[in-house]
Amino acid sequence: MQNNEVFKNPLSLQLDPKLFEPATTQEKAQQVIMRDSVSFGRDALRRLLKNKIAVICMAVILLIALIAFLVPEFYPYSYTKQDVTAKNLLPFQYSQKEMAKIEKGEKLFPHIMGTDSLGRDYAIRVIYGTRISLLVGIVAAVIVVVIGIIYGSISGYFGGRVDMIMMRIVDIIYALPDVLIVILLSVVIKDVVSQSKNDLIVRLGAGMVSIFLVFGLLYWVSMARQVRGQILSIKEQEFVLYSQAIGASPARIIRKHMIPNCISVIIITAAMQIPSAIFTESFLSFLGLGVSIPMPSLGSLASEARSGLVSFPHLLVFPALSIFLIVLSFNLLGNGLRDAFDPKLRS
Amino acid sequence: MSEANNSKLPNVLEVKDLKQYFSVTTGFLKSTLLKAVDGVSFSIQEGETLGLVGESGCGKTTVGRSILRLYKPTSGEVYFKGIKIGDQASLDLLHKKAQLVFQDPYSSLNPRMTVGDIVAEPIDVHHLAANKKERNERINELLAMVGLSSEQATRYAHEFSGGQRQRIGIARALASKPEFIVCDEPVSALDVSIQAQVINMLEDLQHQLGLTYLFIAHDLSVVKHISNRIAVMYLGRMVELASSTELHHHPLHPYTISLLSAVPIPDPKKAHAAKRIMLEGDVPSPLKVPSGCSFRTRCPRATELCAQVTPEFREEAPGHFVACHHL
Amino acid sequence: MAMLEVKDLHTSFFTTSGEVRAVGGISFNLDEGKVLGIVGESGSGKSVSAYSVMQILTHPGRITSGSIRFRGQELVGSSEETMRSIRGNKISIIFQDPMTCLNPTFTIGNQLIEAIRLHTNRNRREAKERAIEMLGLVGINEPKKRMKQYAYELSGGMRQRVMIAMALVCEPDILIADEPTTALDVTIQAQILELMSELQKKLGMAIIMITHDLGVIAGLCDEVIVMYGGKVAERGTAEQIFYNPKHEYTKGLMRSIPNIDNDEKERLVPIEGAPVDMLNLPKGCAFAPRCDKAMKVCLEQQPEEYWVAEDHLSACWMNVKEATVLDGPLTKEDIGKIGRDFQEKGEEKGHE
Repeated sequence: MQNNEVFKNPLSLQLDPKLFEPATTQEKAQQVIMRDSVSFGRDALRRLLKNKIAVICMAVILLIALIAFLVPEFYPYSYTKQDVTAKNLLPFQYSQKEMAKIEKGEKLFPHIMGTDSLGRDYAIRVIYGTRISLLVGIVAAVIVVVIGIIYGSISGYFGGRVDMIMMRIVDIIYALPDVLIVILLSVVIKDVVSQSKNDLIVRLGAGMVSIFLVFGLLYWVSMARQVRGQILSIKEQEFVLYSQAIGASPARIIRKHMIPNCISVIIITAAMQIPSAIFTESFLSFLGLGVSIPMPSLGSLASEARSGLVSFPHLLVFPALSIFLIVLSFNLLGNGLRDAFDPKLRS
Repeated sequence: MSEANNSKLPNVLEVKDLKQYFSVTTGFLKSTLLKAVDGVSFSIQEGETLGLVGESGCGKTTVGRSILRLYKPTSGEVYFKGIKIGDQASLDLLHKKAQLVFQDPYSSLNPRMTVGDIVAEPIDVHHLAANKKERNERINELLAMVGLSSEQATRYAHEFSGGQRQRIGIARALASKPEFIVCDEPVSALDVSIQAQVINMLEDLQHQLGLTYLFIAHDLSVVKHISNRIAVMYLGRMVELASSTELHHHPLHPYTISLLSAVPIPDPKKAHAAKRIMLEGDVPSPLKVPSGCSFRTRCPRATELCAQVTPEFREEAPGHFVACHHL
Repeated sequence: MAMLEVKDLHTSFFTTSGEVRAVGGISFNLDEGKVLGIVGESGSGKSVSAYSVMQILTHPGRITSGSIRFRGQELVGSSEETMRSIRGNKISIIFQDPMTCLNPTFTIGNQLIEAIRLHTNRNRREAKERAIEMLGLVGINEPKKRMKQYAYELSGGMRQRVMIAMALVCEPDILIADEPTTALDVTIQAQILELMSELQKKLGMAIIMITHDLGVIAGLCDEVIVMYGGKVAERGTAEQIFYNPKHEYTKGLMRSIPNIDNDEKERLVPIEGAPVDMLNLPKGCAFAPRCDKAMKVCLEQQPEEYWVAEDHLSACWMNVKEATVLDGPLTKEDIGKIGRDFQEKGEEKGHE
């Protein structure tokens, strides 16, 4: 062994002999710094806020939501009021009747997006359509989350035969042709629901209720699968075994141990489900199966705009732009959430 | 710990011919019976530590879990404090008074719960605290017992080092004032310098609280240090059971002998001088346990007889049990 | 000149939470045919040191400074091509978990033949013969049959043997073994250690044995490095480290292991506190917060590596203290006394 190359000369030391007194316990303890307490949620939020795209998307969604839910409260036009003298106006154009009023010195709010073929202000109709889309997206996500978690956690926790049967049902729903079933179901359900005299259903409109039912029946499967997969892996963890060993009830184990550890998966899947629900709603409304007239939806607006596409392309542009912004923002936010909550999945 | 030899003390735990089989899927629509534990009997006296050693797949962990009813035993009886475990009342007693400490300090604590909530889990499950204040007091008391401070109760488990996490796991096990704790490899995942802290703490707690341990481990030097008696398992069966000094100085079963000689000695001169008895080959798969004596495929003493007759687990010397035809 | 010379090696991981100095300046030499043990706890930098030598650090880790010379050739900063000619040929490595290195979709034989053909210009048939020979060498019975098996069909001990065979196909000068027996049972561990020591004698290669288990080191190693907090705490021959440790951490480690031959129920003497947090390394000696002999100087300043005997280095301020302040106040000369004799010895050796 040749050690000379690492030799350090102690003669070069200039040390105070006091330094060789024993250190106190406090002095030693000061050297050990415990890091700041970070909970899982706060850590994920910090990561999310670091992601610029996700923050922009959140701002866009918030802005759209604010417009959709607040603007109709003080907007001077209503989405149902027709004005035969103001048909098919271009954005910021006034009808002759309105021009006359302005000349008299009256102040009139401009038709920001023009009017449609029945003389209704288009901006408020797009805003209402956006409101419907957001509502559908959020309610659908809630339905999916509730059913998916319950179904998935029962299937995953109990395992064995229960799991086998429950997952085969999911497989069957998966195997059905999506679009066809959605169309069939909404036709049937709409018929049934429109007979109902229930106050809530009447107020929401048969179309909306049928859309929610379709989501309730079909769209929870991917959430259920995700939750089940997660639960299966958590079930093997020793903290679950411990709970079982001290005789905790399955309900407690699912509530306290399993669902909190599934939160990332639930948030990510739900965030991804919202844009697909919005898309499906627009698509059904486009086919005329969605919300009932005169309530507008982005899909039905786009469908109506088809007839005058050559002369009035802006009637298609505005609802399409709205769908585009909402879906893109939710998708990108979903990606951001996935990165924040599940760093392992990041590519 | 001299109580071990005092036969007047009551048995906290008595296991009689415990068998735990699992059916394992081995192919498409095919399943095989895995005999994880195949007829194990022993008892543990009050205040005693019984060490349970064996290599991976020998069924030692399964024994601990079957006793705590994490699995329903295929056959055999478990008596806890003289009461046969089976009906709901006995299970309630078992869930409260028998506890479990795990090997992996990472997977044994829920990452989404604060340390306070983790430690209080048995209190919550068994409703042992009348109100929030009492619960908090108990949490602080438990954390103090394992050398943690009460401020740490609001932190999450991932903020602690492996040794501290293991302390949290032990505090949780003490929450329901147990009398018996299954320690399943509690120090194997820890750094050498931390292992001694945890072993000392387990010993101190045993003295203070009069606990009884089933100490499962693969590290013979640790097991010998902490246990009064040691049981050796091989492929689901117990091959030898004796007091720890007796087992160390006069091992009878060829498996115990080779296991002891394989323990790495942290002393260069002794390590060079030691004559190792190398076992041939690997442990057979628990799905294909050899006929007769399961150790015969690796045993230097194996004969025809070993393949045909399963050796009986008999008392060779007072308190020294062994299952071998050729002693 | 030693075969492998590592000088003041620094390796850091640049994580989102800051720079982690996994290895903070270690130096050691390895001579031909010697067995060097590196012991340390998790996070002590023992594996990272070995990976640095092989330059197989994963992102975001990289060598920040220092020198690694293999037979006089500088490896730090050398091209990937040079490294590839050294890895597997001259220096090989085996890991704790062989499953991560064996491809589950190829047979053992396929992978061995692949490895042989990559490093030598044997044709397929010759490579196959060599592969069978290698499997026989590492004590695998029926090597021809095993060639056709997949990694998951083998037991843990068998897989580790295959890994060793694969690492030795080119008869490397150095075999780095990173916790090769940690995942194995005691009886299998004994087999593998026996095999390694046998092969070392037969093939004459040098081994760097990385482990946390002092028992594994004791029977196998000529020289031992004890690491703590990314630095060398102590370095010496196996006898020196085990019978005459000169660093408080090594002493603490020796006290904390239960002795199987001791029938008295003696209380173990643990090292208090928690392992060092590599993100918040203390200013002075990394071990000081846990050391019961810690002095003010330990918290203020990092100790350097001092010669405490021939071939025996220790980075502990206690050595300075023991050599000086036994009576009267400390003078500059007193501090100098420590290791002066060894300094001369060291220089003599250097001139040889």
